[in-house]
Amino acid sequence: MQPTQHLDSTFAALADPTRRAIIARLTQGEASVMELARPFDMSQPAISKHIKVLEQAGLVSRGQDAQRRPCRLETGPLAEATSWLDYQRELFEARFQRLDTLLEEMKAERRAAAKRKPTARSRKGVRK
Amino acid sequence: MSRNAMKLTPQGDCEIEIERSFDAPRDLVFEAFIKPELVQRWMLGPDGWSMPVCTIDLRPGGKGRYEWQNADRSAGMSLNTVFKEIVAPERIVHTERFDQDWTQGEATVTTLFAEKDGKTTVTMKIVYASPVVRDMVLKSGMDQGMARSYERLDDILKK
Repeated sequence: MQPTQHLDSTFAALADPTRRAIIARLTQGEASVMELARPFDMSQPAISKHIKVLEQAGLVSRGQDAQRRPCRLETGPLAEATSWLDYQRELFEARFQRLDTLLEEMKAERRAAAKRKPTARSRKGVRK
Repeated sequence: MSRNAMKLTPQGDCEIEIERSFDAPRDLVFEAFIKPELVQRWMLGPDGWSMPVCTIDLRPGGKGRYEWQNADRSAGMSLNTVFKEIVAPERIVHTERFDQDWTQGEATVTTLFAEKDGKTTVTMKIVYASPVVRDMVLKSGMDQGMARSYERLDDILKK
């Protein structure tokens, strides 16, 4: 599989809540299809379909044991998918925390302005 | 001060959406996004970076210029924007492009401001001209190696 297709399918695979729940379960350790189906109100074939999507995205592999064929998590694609998004998330979170602080100041300034001159509600902004 | 949770969601190859609420009325939040002296106080880069230059000509076709600098001024980055649509205090649409060649061309950013019960929710849709989400995800994944721990998974899984 091409790396780019690979990431497309990672995002597509993670877009579904059942598949995210399966991934979450597999972070605890490998499990059979039957074990994975248990917490869901879903048939085993329906769960198998989800697992197939995860397999195609390279997120899950199946063991060799012919009877059980346990599913296990493949972390490579997830590590790729998270790091850039993590960076964006951290950057914006830090910015928005600063904005929280600034807005508190702006609100206090507005309250003070309203007190000084109760009718001047249009007064806005922060004095430098 | 309680902190509101932020959501950052990839929407396919070319788009990310960021959503965050603020405990302030909409006109104040809007102001903080468009007044240079206010923008300079929060829209900063990595830790230790400042924004010595910020100019905003807020009208359709008007330009914006943002320059960031690290603490010892050995590194910087700069962004040019063009405003496309302004509906104060509800919506701003602009295009943006960094001067640095490591970024991926032009992006179109739609910023929405919605007020409810005295709180304002800001939603930013960033649409890149190229499949940057896919490419940057791929690139940074390679830069940082494949061995990130499961901890990071939570963010994706809890969405």
